[in-house]
Amino acid sequence: MMSYLNTLVFGIYPYIALAVLFIGSWARYDHAQFTWKAGSTQMLRKKGMSLASNLFHIGILVIFFGHLVGLLAPKWMYEPFMTPGQKQVMAIVVGGIAGAMCLVGAAMLFYRRLTDARVRAAGSFADTLIIGLLLAQVVLGMLTILPTLGHLDGSEMLKFSAWAQGIFTFQGGAADHIADVHWIYKSHIFLGLTLFVVFPFTRLVHALSVPVEYFGRKYQVVRKRS
Amino acid sequence: MSHLIDKLNYFRKKREPFANGHGETHQASRDWENGYRQRWQHDKVVRSTHGVNCTGSCSWKIYVKNGLVTWETQQTDYPRTRPDLPNHEPRGCPRGASYSWYMYSANRLKYPLMRKSLIKLWRAAKQQHKDPVDAWASIVDDPRKTEQYKTRRGMGGFVRSNWDEVNELIGAANVYTAKQHGPDRIIGFSPIPAMSMVSYAAGSRYLSLIGGVCMSFYDWYCDLPPASPMTWGEQTDVPESADWYNSGYIIAWGSNVPQTRTPDAHFFTEVRYKGTKTVAITPDFAEVSKLSDEWLNPKQGTDAALGMAMGHVILREFHLEKPSAYFTDYVRRYTDMPYLVMLEPREDGRYVPGRFLRASDLVDNLGQDNNPEWKTIALDETSDQLTAPNGSIGYRWGDKGKWNLQQQAEGQDVNLRLTLLDKHDEAVDVAFPYFGGIQHDHFPHVEYKDTLTHKMPARKVTLANGEEARLVTVYDLMMANYGINRGLGEDDGATSYDEVRPYTPAWQEQITGVSRDKVIRIAREFADNADKTKGRSMVIVGAGMNHWYHMDMNYRGLINMLIMCGCIGQSGGGWAHYVGQEKLRPQTGWQPLAFGLDWQRPPRHMNSTSFFYNHSSQWRYEKLDVTEILSPLADPRKYQGSLIDFNVRSERMGWLPSAPQLNRNPLTIAAEAKKAGLGVVEYVTQSLKDGSLAFAAEDPDAPENHPRNLFIWRSNLLGSSGKGHEYMLKYLLGTTNGLQGKDLGQEGGVMPQEVKWHDQAPTGKLDLLVTLDFRMSTTCLYSDIVLPTATWYEKDDLNTSDMHPFIHPLTAATDPAWEARSDWEIYKGIAKSFSKAAVGHLGVETDVVTLPLLHDAPAELGQPFDVKDWKKGECELIPGKTAPSIIPVERDYPNTYARFTSLGPLLEKLGNGGKGISWDTKEEVNFLRQLNYQHEEGVNAGQPKIETAIDAAEVILSLAPETNGHVAVKAWAALGQITGLDHTHLAINKEEEKIRFRDVVAQPRKIISSPTWSGLEDEHVSYNAGYTNVHELIPWRTLTGRQQFYQDHQWMRDFGEALLVYRPPIDTKATQPMMGKKTNGNPEKALNWITPHQKWGIHSTYSDNLLMLTLSRGGPIVWLSEDDARDIGVEDNDWIELFNTNGSIAARAVVSQRVMPGMVMMYHAQERIVNVPGSEITGTRGGIHNSVTRACPKPTHMIGGYAQQSYGFNYYGTVGSNRDEFVIVRKMKRVDWLDGEGNDYAQEAVK
Repeated sequence: MMSYLNTLVFGIYPYIALAVLFIGSWARYDHAQFTWKAGSTQMLRKKGMSLASNLFHIGILVIFFGHLVGLLAPKWMYEPFMTPGQKQVMAIVVGGIAGAMCLVGAAMLFYRRLTDARVRAAGSFADTLIIGLLLAQVVLGMLTILPTLGHLDGSEMLKFSAWAQGIFTFQGGAADHIADVHWIYKSHIFLGLTLFVVFPFTRLVHALSVPVEYFGRKYQVVRKRS
Repeated sequence: MSHLIDKLNYFRKKREPFANGHGETHQASRDWENGYRQRWQHDKVVRSTHGVNCTGSCSWKIYVKNGLVTWETQQTDYPRTRPDLPNHEPRGCPRGASYSWYMYSANRLKYPLMRKSLIKLWRAAKQQHKDPVDAWASIVDDPRKTEQYKTRRGMGGFVRSNWDEVNELIGAANVYTAKQHGPDRIIGFSPIPAMSMVSYAAGSRYLSLIGGVCMSFYDWYCDLPPASPMTWGEQTDVPESADWYNSGYIIAWGSNVPQTRTPDAHFFTEVRYKGTKTVAITPDFAEVSKLSDEWLNPKQGTDAALGMAMGHVILREFHLEKPSAYFTDYVRRYTDMPYLVMLEPREDGRYVPGRFLRASDLVDNLGQDNNPEWKTIALDETSDQLTAPNGSIGYRWGDKGKWNLQQQAEGQDVNLRLTLLDKHDEAVDVAFPYFGGIQHDHFPHVEYKDTLTHKMPARKVTLANGEEARLVTVYDLMMANYGINRGLGEDDGATSYDEVRPYTPAWQEQITGVSRDKVIRIAREFADNADKTKGRSMVIVGAGMNHWYHMDMNYRGLINMLIMCGCIGQSGGGWAHYVGQEKLRPQTGWQPLAFGLDWQRPPRHMNSTSFFYNHSSQWRYEKLDVTEILSPLADPRKYQGSLIDFNVRSERMGWLPSAPQLNRNPLTIAAEAKKAGLGVVEYVTQSLKDGSLAFAAEDPDAPENHPRNLFIWRSNLLGSSGKGHEYMLKYLLGTTNGLQGKDLGQEGGVMPQEVKWHDQAPTGKLDLLVTLDFRMSTTCLYSDIVLPTATWYEKDDLNTSDMHPFIHPLTAATDPAWEARSDWEIYKGIAKSFSKAAVGHLGVETDVVTLPLLHDAPAELGQPFDVKDWKKGECELIPGKTAPSIIPVERDYPNTYARFTSLGPLLEKLGNGGKGISWDTKEEVNFLRQLNYQHEEGVNAGQPKIETAIDAAEVILSLAPETNGHVAVKAWAALGQITGLDHTHLAINKEEEKIRFRDVVAQPRKIISSPTWSGLEDEHVSYNAGYTNVHELIPWRTLTGRQQFYQDHQWMRDFGEALLVYRPPIDTKATQPMMGKKTNGNPEKALNWITPHQKWGIHSTYSDNLLMLTLSRGGPIVWLSEDDARDIGVEDNDWIELFNTNGSIAARAVVSQRVMPGMVMMYHAQERIVNVPGSEITGTRGGIHNSVTRACPKPTHMIGGYAQQSYGFNYYGTVGSNRDEFVIVRKMKRVDWLDGEGNDYAQEAVK
C-alpha cells in the first residue's frame, strides 16, 4: 500500500502536474490573454511593499534557480569541482538565506492580503490561496534543513536528483529513489508539485512573461499590418 | 491562430530597421487590438431618454451589446430649425451620460423587497387568515404589531420577497383602507408627468379608479410661481430655448443657465454673437455670471427691491417722460392698466385701493345681463363713458363670442383711457403699505413710514346703490405704487432717482447692495431694447428666487418689467421661467388616461403643501404670526388664528382641495343619505351645516382623518423634495428623527382656532408606504415595500419639455433586468390583485367626492366680492359656489383591473377637453378600437384595449390636439366659439398629421399648435408664451382677461400684495432657540440656508452615482464664504454641522470666494445614503438639505374661486418655500460614522 501511494504521488502525480502546468498555461495564454497578468496591488497600498515584495521576489527567484540546477544538473557536471557534500552545504547556506528572505517577504504579503481591506477587495480567492501556498511551501523548505543537517554528505540530495532526473527522462521506478526519505521532504515535494497544478489558474503565470525583449529592443517598434 | 505558437516563431519574424536603427518594423500578432475594437462594438442602438426632472428632455442613443446596455450617446437627429437659427442638437449633459452606470450597479433594485419585521407579521397573519384583507386588518389594527415595522423605517433590514406576495399585500391593504377608512386615505405622490407620462399615468390611473388621491408636485417643489397664475391665469408658459436666440437683451435672473439648463445653454452663448447683451443677476458668482456681459449681485432674497427700482426707472422714462408709443399701446390693449379700481375711504381721510369696479356696481349693470359681477370696467377715451370691454372673465362663461381682446365693448370700438391725470375730478390721498422698513436680524431695511401716501387723480361716479365711488386706474396706481411723484401735491413718491424713498434706485441700493447707477443703466437698456425691437427683451429666471416666502414679489418684480415693456407674447421676449419639466405637451390626451376620466369623473387631486403641512404636523410648530405678514392697512381682527386656520377656511369655502376629504368614510355617506331620505348633495350640505359631518382638515390628528397608504413612484420624496423632512419622519412614518423644536402646546404661541388641538400628536400615521424605484434611494430606505422598476432604458414611454417643441420616447433597449418591471406593469399587477381582494369586501360603491372651485371652469366665478365663510354664518352653503362641489361617483371595485386596461365609455359620452374648452372625440376612440383592438367580453367589452405601455402611449397621442392634427382643428374651433374669432388657420394645414408612437421612435417630432398652450409651433416663430394672446387676441384667463398688475381679491389687498411691494424675508425663528444651547466648544454662526440646483446631479438622481460622486467630493458638501468660514474657524473640507429647531445636517465645507457672506449653499438633494456621518446634535445620521426646513404656507396662495385665483392641480395653491430659513453652522468635533467600524475621529478644535 505504501509503495502504491509512493508511486502514485511521486511517480504518476508529477506527470499529471506537469501536464496541467503546460496545457493549462497554454490554454490560458491562448484563450484568456486579458487575464494573463501579475495583478499587482502596489497601486492600492504602497506601505511596506518595497520591502516585502523585493524580499519575496529575490528570495523565490534564487530558490527557483537553486532547485532547477540542484535537481536537474547531472552529477558529472559538477563532479570536477565539487563533491556532493560541498554542494549540499552550499545548498543549505544559499538556500537558507534565500529561503529566509522569501519567508519574511511571503509572510508580510500574506498578512497584507488578509488584513488590508482595499487589497482584499481588489483581489480574488486565488490570489490569497497562492500566497498562502507559497508561504507554506517555503516553511516546509526551511524545515528540510533540519533532517538535511543529519547527512551533510549529500547522500539524500543525490536521491532527489535521481528522482527528478528519472522523472524528466521518463524512467520507470523514479519514485523508488525517494521511497524512504523523511516525511518533511515528501510533503515539500508534494506541495511543490501541487503548485505546478494551480500555477496556470493563478497570477503565478506572470512568471512566464518576463519582458526580456526590453533589454535589447529598439527605441521605436512598429508592428506591421499582418 | 495560437498566441503560444505565434510566440514560438518569435525569432523567425522579419525585422526591418529604420531611422538609422533607432526603430524597427516588426511582424507580430495584432489580435490584442480587437479587445479595444470590441469595446466599442454593439449589437443595436435604441432611442430613449432620461425621465428625470431637468427640463432637458434630450433624446439619447442607447447602445446594447450581448443583451446589456453598455453606454449612451446624444442623439443628433432632431428636426432642423429654420435658417438663421441654430439647431437644437446635440442635447445632453454629463449627468445623463452617466446614467447607464446605475443599471448594473449595486444601487440597482433587483427584486421586490419588504422590511423583515413586516414580512414576518404578514406571513404569520396569512397563516391565520385565509382572506388577505383580514390578514392585513389583523396587523394594522394592532398597534403593537404596527410599531414593530413603523419604528424600523429607514433602518434597512429588507428581505427579498416576490411579486405575488407584495401585490397581494398591497391589494389587500388598499381594499381594507378603502373599506375601513375611505379610498381618499390612499395617497399617491409622483411628480412631473412630462418626464415619463405613461409611467405617471399608470399609478394615477389606478388611484383615480379606486378613489385614491393624486398629490400635486409643482407647488410642493415651490417651482410653481403663483405670480404666473395671478398675472396671467396660466400655470407656467414659457418660450422654448431656441427663442433666446431671437432676443436682443437677456437678463438671467437667478437662473444658472449653463449648470441647470446645460443642453440649452448654447443658445445663450450663440445669441451673443448677434450682439445681444446678457446680464446675470445672482447673489453668488454662479456659472452663468462668467457667460454674461455684466453681473449684479443683490443680497439674496431682495430681488423684489431691485425689480421695483428697475420698474421705477422704466415707468418714469418710458411711460411718463418720453412715452414709448409701442409700450403705451401694448399696456392699453393687453394689460389691466386702463381698468378702474374703487377706492375705499379710511377714517384718517385717506383712501386705499379696493376692488375692480364691476358692471354690477353700475346702474342697470351697464347693460350686462350675463355675469355682470365678473365684468370689469374702463373708461373709453373717445366717448369718456364707462364701458365693459370684451374679454373679461364674465364674457367667458354663459355667453359666446365676446371673450376676446378686441378693443370693443358691446360691438362698439373703444380706446381705453390709461391715466386720469389730465381728466380727473379730484386728487385724493391714497395709502399703500410699506414693508421695507421691517427690521430683520440678517437683512437690511430702509426706515420710512409703514404706510405711504400718494396723491392720485380720481373720478367720482355714482353707483347703482346710490353711493358715490371714487375711481382710479391701475395705470395711475402703478405709478404711485412704484413711488413716482406725479406732482399733484404732497406725496411720498420721489422726484429723482437719488432720493432714498421707496422705490428709487437709491433706495434699493441700501437693501440689495447693488449700485444705483448699474440699476438705472440696465433698466434703461432693457427697456430701450424692447422699445426698439417691439418686445425682444427677455428674463430667464430659475426657481431659486421663487423659493422665498414672498416669491410672488420677486417674480412680479420682473414680470411687471416685461409687461411694461411689451415683451410678453413677442418673439425673443418674455418671461422664461424654467424649473420643473412642467410642460406635458399632449396634456389633454393624457388626462383621461391618467385620471381615469374615461370611466368616472372627477378624480381626487390634492395640493401637497397643505397636505404635508397638515399631516406631518408641521402646523403644530408654526411660529409665523399672521400679523407679521398682514398689511398695516388691513383690519387684523378679520385675520385671527394660525396659518393652518386659513387653510381650513380655504378648504371649507371650496378654494383649496382636501385630502382626506371628510371626517367620515365617503363610501358610507350615500347609504346614510338614503336612510335619511335625502339626496347625497342635500344630505352632505345639511350634515356639514349642522356639524355632524366636517372636513378632515379640521382635525388632522384624529385617527379617522389620517392618510393610511402612500404610494411614491418616479420620486424621491424623502430624499429630495420633502420640506420638513424630520417632521415627516416623526409624524407620517413614526421612526427615528432629528426634530429639535417644541410644538405650540409645549412652547406657547398662537394656537389654531379652526383645528382641534391634541396635546399628544399621533406619530406613524401611515400604515403602508410603497415606493417604486430603480435604485435604492433615501425614500426606498424609509418604505415598507420597495418595488424594483424598469430603468429609463428598459421601458416604453413618452417625454416632453418646455425647452424644445419635440415629443420623443423612452423605449426598452433591453428587458427590465432581474425581476424589475415597468411602472405600467407594476400598477397593472396591483390593480389585478386589488380587484381580486375586493371581492367580498367592496362591490359597486357610491363614493362622495368634494371638488374645489376649479380654474378654467364656470366654478371660477365663485364669490365675486368680499370673502364670506358659510361656517361663520356669513353666507349660505352653496356647493360649487361658497363651498366645494359635492359629487357622487360610482366605483366598480372588483372590476378595477378591467377598467384599468380599457378606455372607458365617458369620452364618447362627454367628450374631451381642457383649459375651459371641450370637443367631441368619438372618432378618436373609434380609431383606438382599431389600433389597439377592443375587449371582447366583460364589463369593458367593446372598449379599446390599453394593455401595454405602448397602447397607453397611443391613447395619449390619438386624443391630444398636439399630436393629432384633426383634434387640434376641433380644439381651435371650440375655442373660436368662445372668442368669436376664427383660430383654425393655426392648425388646418396640419389636420392630416398624426403622430404615433413608432413615429417618435424613428425621430423626435415637433408637435402641433393647440389652444392648450399660448404659443405656436410654427415654421416662422419659435414657441413663445402669450403669443396667441397678443397675436390671436385670445384673452388671458384672468379676471380682466388681460395681464394683471393689480390683484383685487380681498385677501391680496389685506396681505398687502394687491400691487407689487418689496417684502423682506420672514423670520422663521428656527435658530434662536438653538444658538449656544448644544455647544461642542466650536464657535457658531447663523447663516441663510440656500439650496440651489446641483452641478453633479439632477435633484437627487445621479448624486449617488459613482461617476458623479467622483467628479464632486463624493458626499454631502456645503459652500461657505471665506469670511464666514474664518469667523467660525472652518477650513475647506472640514466636517461641519448645520442645524436649527427643525433638525440637523452633517457635511463637508467648501470654502469659496463664489459665496457671499451671510449665506451657506448646499446643492439640494444630495442623497443621505452616501458618506454621511452622525450628527452631534441629533445623535442620528446627518440629514438631507430638508432636515433643517419646515413648510410655511402663505394665505394668499389659498385664495380660490376667484377667476385666475382658483384652484387647479399644480396650477395654484400653497407652495413649499424654504429660502427664508437660517441654520447655525459650526465645525464638528467628533466625526462618528455610527457603524462601530473604528473609522470615527475627532477634528481639531477651533482655536
